[in-house]
Amino acid sequence: MVRGARAPAPAPSSPRMKATPVPESASTPDVPVIDEPTITAAVDDALAAISAASGTAELKQVRIAHVGDAGVLSRANRAIKDLPKDQKAAAGKLVGQGKGRVQKALAARQAELAAAEEEAALAAETVDVTLPTDRRPRGAAHPLTTLQDRISDIFIGMGWEIAEGPEIEAEWFNFDALNFDIDHPARQMQDTFYVAPEGSGQVLRTHTSPVQARVLLERGVPLYIGCPGTVFRTDELDATHTPVFNQVEGLAIDKDLTMANLVGTLDSIARALFGGEPVTRLRPSYFPFTEPSAEMDFRCFSCGARQGTDHDADPACRVCSGTGWIEMGGCGMVNPAVLRAVGVDPEEYQGFAFGLGIERILMLRNGVADMHDMVEGDVRFSQHYGTEI
Amino acid sequence: MPRIPLTWLAEHATLPRGADAESVAGDLVSVGLEEEAIFGAQVTGPLVVGRVLDVVPEPQKNGKTINWVRVDVGPEHNEDADDPADPKPGPERPSRGVVCGAHNFEAGDLVVVSLPGTVLPGDFAIAARKTYGHTSDGMICSGEELGLGPDPDGVDGIIVLGRGHGAGLSAEPGDDAIELLGLADEVVEINVTPDRGYCFSMRGVAREYSHATGTDYTDPVSRIQVPRSSGGGVPIQLRDEAPLRGGPGCTRFVAMEVRGVDPAARTPRWMARRLALAGMRPISLIVDVTNYVMLDLGQPLHAYDAEKVVAPIIVRRAREGEELTTLDDVTRRLHPEDLLITDCGGDGDRVLGIAGVMGGEDTEVSGTTRNVILEAATFQQVTVARSARRHRLPSEAAKRFERGVDPELPLLAARRAAELIAEHGGGQIDAHVTDEGDVNAPAAITFPIADAERVVGVPYTPEQVRGTLERIGCTLEQAGAETLMVTPPSWRPDLTIREDLVEEIARLVGYEQIPSILPSAPGGRGLTRAQRARRSASRALVEAGLTEVTSSPFIAESVFDRLRYEAADERRSAVRLLNPLADDEPLVRTELLQTLLPTARRNLGRGEEAVAIFQHGTAAIARGKDARSPLPSAEQRPDAEELAAVDAALPTQTRAVAAVIGGSTGPDSWWGQAPAWDWADALDLAQRAAAAVGTELEVRQVERAPFHPGRCGELRVTGTDGRQQVVGHAGELHPAVVAEFALPARTSALEIDLETVIAAAPDLVPAEELSTYPLAKEDFAFVVDADVPAAAVRAAMEVGIGDLAEGVHLFDVYTGDQIDEGKKSLAFAVRLRPAEATLTTEQIAAARERCIRAVETAVGGVLRA
Repeated sequence: MVRGARAPAPAPSSPRMKATPVPESASTPDVPVIDEPTITAAVDDALAAISAASGTAELKQVRIAHVGDAGVLSRANRAIKDLPKDQKAAAGKLVGQGKGRVQKALAARQAELAAAEEEAALAAETVDVTLPTDRRPRGAAHPLTTLQDRISDIFIGMGWEIAEGPEIEAEWFNFDALNFDIDHPARQMQDTFYVAPEGSGQVLRTHTSPVQARVLLERGVPLYIGCPGTVFRTDELDATHTPVFNQVEGLAIDKDLTMANLVGTLDSIARALFGGEPVTRLRPSYFPFTEPSAEMDFRCFSCGARQGTDHDADPACRVCSGTGWIEMGGCGMVNPAVLRAVGVDPEEYQGFAFGLGIERILMLRNGVADMHDMVEGDVRFSQHYGTEI
Repeated sequence: MPRIPLTWLAEHATLPRGADAESVAGDLVSVGLEEEAIFGAQVTGPLVVGRVLDVVPEPQKNGKTINWVRVDVGPEHNEDADDPADPKPGPERPSRGVVCGAHNFEAGDLVVVSLPGTVLPGDFAIAARKTYGHTSDGMICSGEELGLGPDPDGVDGIIVLGRGHGAGLSAEPGDDAIELLGLADEVVEINVTPDRGYCFSMRGVAREYSHATGTDYTDPVSRIQVPRSSGGGVPIQLRDEAPLRGGPGCTRFVAMEVRGVDPAARTPRWMARRLALAGMRPISLIVDVTNYVMLDLGQPLHAYDAEKVVAPIIVRRAREGEELTTLDDVTRRLHPEDLLITDCGGDGDRVLGIAGVMGGEDTEVSGTTRNVILEAATFQQVTVARSARRHRLPSEAAKRFERGVDPELPLLAARRAAELIAEHGGGQIDAHVTDEGDVNAPAAITFPIADAERVVGVPYTPEQVRGTLERIGCTLEQAGAETLMVTPPSWRPDLTIREDLVEEIARLVGYEQIPSILPSAPGGRGLTRAQRARRSASRALVEAGLTEVTSSPFIAESVFDRLRYEAADERRSAVRLLNPLADDEPLVRTELLQTLLPTARRNLGRGEEAVAIFQHGTAAIARGKDARSPLPSAEQRPDAEELAAVDAALPTQTRAVAAVIGGSTGPDSWWGQAPAWDWADALDLAQRAAAAVGTELEVRQVERAPFHPGRCGELRVTGTDGRQQVVGHAGELHPAVVAEFALPARTSALEIDLETVIAAAPDLVPAEELSTYPLAKEDFAFVVDADVPAAAVRAAMEVGIGDLAEGVHLFDVYTGDQIDEGKKSLAFAVRLRPAEATLTTEQIAAARERCIRAVETAVGGVLRA
């Protein structure tokens, strides 16, 4: 806060000068003798002092004492100029070599001592790296979101696109466009939340299938889409049911698509979701918007049954309950009435649709035992997974 | 859903040796009849017939008298010699000794004995045991103990062959009584999809079973002979003056009379047993026969006491205000769409029942009925479905009619029922039979033989196609070389289009024949920008330390007051449900915080000390009370106007992201105390989410519930078209809201309409050239009025400096010494970067001057000396 009180900083000041050195003439009362014993003794003294220095600070004093201006070698060096001409060369060589040896020793000792000192300094800064470092704990995505994203990516990987639609939906899209006759028992089969007032023509969508109709109306054919989203049924919340849950619908409409393509697509999704070599089983069923219709089962990915239909399931398998099969949802060839309702000519185009429950996949795949955990918003549930499942 | 006793099924289709409930269920699944439940045999082990040889009554101290009984249970089960310590009564011979508390039998009677090793219903295992001073070597059984119910003769005691439960039975000692009493019957309960009404009968299920297994099938209808009628039976009039959806409510009505039935006649044991196994309670011979024939053939029947009916019987729609007391003793107000069976009793115009749903009390058969009128009719599916739904009467009859009943059945079923009544209750079948109305023949379907392959992708042979269609009962006619005219059987009203026939071929040949071929899509464009952006926004919040949660979208109306919305707040216009799961939560949320705050509370209640959560979800604002989405015909594509009307009535639905943050941002630790989440974090998180999707938010100070009046920012985006839109709010929650939800002090929150934020981001981020000319740094401190937003000062500086400004960063806010009351000092560090050449001192000075002047003009700010 203090910074605010000050005015903006002025321009930087001029560079500071180093302390002025002592003039050379003021020292050196005696001139040393420049002969071999003297110089050798000076050098030996210096080398001894260098190796005796225990730190860089002491070494600095040694440098000043032995090669500084007042040192024997420096003084001898300065005195060379006063020697007779014929002695200058020999003396210069003698002093120069001596000084060189000392300088070299100084540099070596300096490096040695600096390294030791640095090591000691760093050692003093040692911390306990096992201390907790969670200054700001990381967040987490909800595993249903992560799984839904992954499923979307499977569709994208097959070259399909992802489409969405409203959750509060017109009855026309949720039922009529999908060939649910207003009086057909199938319209009662699903437990629908109706929007007030009576006759509003609106419901909370009971499945993601209305997105099919919307996208077919908007984009036409050919069309390959996955439609993930939240759907609603009037089921009380318990360990295996929730009134608000998520589905992903697949729809492909093109020329010449057959039920064999439906099986191929389901196999591909099963492989991506559960791994291994998938076995998909279809059982005859009924849905107003598909004909033929089927329930699809995936071969259990958890117990011995995964090795194929000729291998028995583990009777205690928690994933398939010992049946060897996991019920995944409904599917079938899109009913021509659905195509007509959205203006597609069923004589020219046909295709298939299927629906998977995302909660169910998470329960099976990751072993979630209780639906409550998935829907109650307890942070511990999400945090267990982080951003991967 | 229908329960299929295996022995009943075996009457119409051959069951292979060793077929059990599991294998039958598996076979039925393969043709689309899903298993709902399996009920195994009720009794296992050595349950045998025994002849009572000697009975010795032994009075006990407790006042009871027990019988010590010697019983011959056949050479296989008898013991050759008596136990010397406990000899059986009478002369010694091969037998067993059993203690029995009942007294309704005597020596010479044939009884049912459960020997040690037998397991009775309720997992009751029988063993030899010491009791009343004897070793009882089993138990002589009553009907109750075997799960057969109370004795039909009302006798309290054990079963004696020849009477009661044992009526009509004879056997030898040692014979298997499980077989004799039909206790081995296994039952499969199946789930029938709405298109397969004919599988609500043994007749239909047996046919499907034979399709699944290839075993022989005999249509039970083929065994019924109906003599030519001279007509002139009970007069019937079909008078539907208000057909539903263009169809009459009743197309055929058969009335057949049986006269002189013995009112005391009882339902034969085998029939009562089958009804019980199928899940129906035996009531009386006449009622039981109508139920039995319905279960067997699928045709619902109704029996009237002929003495109570005043002819003619008139079938008509209800009139406004009419009422009927149905057999379940409820008086129901009738609706003009209800189809009624009426006669001329009472005031001359009496309601006898709701057609195909339930009869009334007035003409019910009773314990004194001697003359019966049997009704077997064909009622319109829609009419029955609506009445059953309206009156919440999903009766057995209604279940069948709303799915469609074979219109060829009425006369056959009535005859079969009349025969059974006459056979077991005496009486004469009246030769005068009324058969009013017609049978609507099913329409033929033009079927190209190659269609099955076209749809399924299996190369079916013409023989497979023809064979399958014939097996399910279709009549085929060749129509050209490649095409068939297929007339479905009368019991399959669900077969109306080619694809229906394709399904029959595919399922009978077997779905497992379909190969697996991955189609190659033409190649998509990947995720849309919005889909990618949503993931980015989520990930940004996760990385900032927030945890994603879910919350249920249903709310109570009271939440609006708890969040302090004003009376006219748009967020009070919620979508209301007609049938909410919880009556106190009938609305759908209008913003995410309404359900996210309770979720925050739940987490704190479970022991969390701080909260940092977010949710992606939808919220909806209703269009008004009278918004109605029309239901255009689905016969063809509705026109643009119709579709627009459907959508226009739907509520405004936004996909939003909301977050609640409160309490400490992390644990206190060795470095000190973690700061608490606050209003600035809420705004920062909103900015991070926006930045993650490629745009930024402009913030304005506003007052809005549920936020603190002085700590709420309105968030806006400017679209690529330059249009500004409010996309949400962030800040600290109002202290009263914090208290209401018991949240940590200063809990803050945000909610943004993510889709609008995403839409405002550019589709493409254009490149920006990087200047390598040296940077110049300039600091400024401005004194402004205390209520001037920092953002306004910053904006003015940027405008003043122009393109040279690479960054303008506020580094301090100061009030106090040297600053006048009501003022504040804002200090900024500015980075100037030229694009074309190194800045000169003059250029820098000019930029400073422009900046100072701009702030002065915009917000009256003065540069601090």
